[in-house]
Amino acid sequence: MKQRNRWMLLGLVPFVVMVLAFQLAPIASMLAGSVRGPGGSGITFGHYVKIFESAYYLKAIKNSLLISFYSSLIGIVVGLACAYSITRFTPKIRDRLLMLSNMTSNFAGVPLAFAYIILLGNNGIFTLLFKEWGWDVFAGFNLYSWTGLVLVYVYFQVPLALLLLYPSFYGIRDQWKEAAMLLGARPWQFWRTVGLPMLTPAIFGTLGILFANAMGAYATAYALVGGNYNLLAIRIGSLVTGDVANQPELGSALAVLLAVSTIAAVILNHWMSKRSQRFTAAHASSGRASGQRRASRAKPWRAVKKEAGA
Amino acid sequence: MIKSRAGWSHRALMLLLMVYLLLPLAATLLYGFAKQWQTTVMPESWTLEWFGEMFRDLRFLEALWTSLYLCAISVALSLAVMLPAVFVITVYLPKWETFMKGIVVLPYAVPGVVAAVGLIRAYSGGPIDIAGTAYILIGAYFIVVLPYMYQGIRNSLITVSAVELLHSAELLGASRKRAFVTVILPNIWPGVIISTLLSFSVLFGEFVLTNMLVGGHIQTIQVYLYRRVGESGHLASAIAITYFLFILALSTVLMKLGKKMNGVAEK
Repeated sequence: MKQRNRWMLLGLVPFVVMVLAFQLAPIASMLAGSVRGPGGSGITFGHYVKIFESAYYLKAIKNSLLISFYSSLIGIVVGLACAYSITRFTPKIRDRLLMLSNMTSNFAGVPLAFAYIILLGNNGIFTLLFKEWGWDVFAGFNLYSWTGLVLVYVYFQVPLALLLLYPSFYGIRDQWKEAAMLLGARPWQFWRTVGLPMLTPAIFGTLGILFANAMGAYATAYALVGGNYNLLAIRIGSLVTGDVANQPELGSALAVLLAVSTIAAVILNHWMSKRSQRFTAAHASSGRASGQRRASRAKPWRAVKKEAGA
Repeated sequence: MIKSRAGWSHRALMLLLMVYLLLPLAATLLYGFAKQWQTTVMPESWTLEWFGEMFRDLRFLEALWTSLYLCAISVALSLAVMLPAVFVITVYLPKWETFMKGIVVLPYAVPGVVAAVGLIRAYSGGPIDIAGTAYILIGAYFIVVLPYMYQGIRNSLITVSAVELLHSAELLGASRKRAFVTVILPNIWPGVIISTLLSFSVLFGEFVLTNMLVGGHIQTIQVYLYRRVGESGHLASAIAITYFLFILALSTVLMKLGKKMNGVAEK
């Protein structure tokens, strides 16, 4: 019996080799690179010090944090409103709407940036139309700027927020609403004291995912503004692949900082989804609710797709 | 529980959302068919010229082919490695599942641009110099699809109660290998196909790793699209829409399969 079990372990060997070679070794190499001393010997934190003393890199970090924060926040607000709306439709229509919104999430990265260039770029359809019609309000708008980037980021955050948030609305039962109404609460009072607190873990959890998604997004920004806009992911890319000057050690240190921020955001999500599971655990025994829960648990994996594309 | 009537405000909100989400897609589609489109709401004249030009472009066909075979090889490799590994972990070493989950969630928490930095550092120069080749890309792709593959295979194994099935098969005298091939594999196949297709569509849309690791040497469809964006807007539209339709077809198949499976499971 023991012998046979040992034989089964052979099935794990290729997996362990692949993970070691392509996941753990690169991470270790990056960590080592970020503290490697000048000339390749010794350990130094000089690269990190350099980053935190350089106004240029601090600006990149600040820009990335701000764009991630704003786009996630807008994504959450729009996502919440739409998620609530979507639960008011019949399951059939709801599924269709979700499918449509999910479908658009395949349109991330380079194709998305391109679509926005067609719509709002220098010679974009809307840009020219508004000029023709003399709408000056939009004259100051520039797609290749901060506002433009936020606009495009929000586009890929909204479907993700919607997908992650809508299952949690099923955790708020109609009985509670009825009970609250019977006790004389107005709708906004119910949402303020019962509904929103119930949703809080889900909201913060989703915020974590959206934030990590935006921090790591590269393709969209790269295709839209090239190396011209100072974002952390873009800086890392150009430091390592050598669009400008090749400084792999500095790139590694920046990459470590980026990874720390996204891993922290994902841990926040993990923590929060545990809390929201505690909330919903009580009614998970009914068949419908457990189905919803299964959907919500399976979904985050499907949702990662955006990160791969963006 | 079921609300059949949604108020007008909900309808309006959904309509707004759909317009917002579909507008960039629609614009790209129209642009791909437009001959003249300036300062009017709809294009002034139409043409199929761009699509024709796209299919006559050897570089496009080459990039499409490169994408297809690189994704296919990576997914096949992942399948060959992950099937036995997830099977062994789930059935024989359930204690290691937490550890596995940690490993598998990492590619999800580490952005592509960071992974690319690590890979370039580890494999340019040194004993294994595979930077810029298809090998490093296939390795990177393997890690990208890790979460989907693990989750898909593991869920299928749990849904069909693999442990009990295996015990029954062994009780009836089948060897472990035989039990795995004739009992477990056919049962988990539908779920495995779904994660395979999902992985494929994820890899097909991959840009960051591809561009940073092998961008100068190997052109996938995404890298090709990026290069063409600056040249001709109409042509790039045609390419983007073709790419999107392909992914759409793939996800439709995925969803149909998923529904079929859920239907079976609920019976």
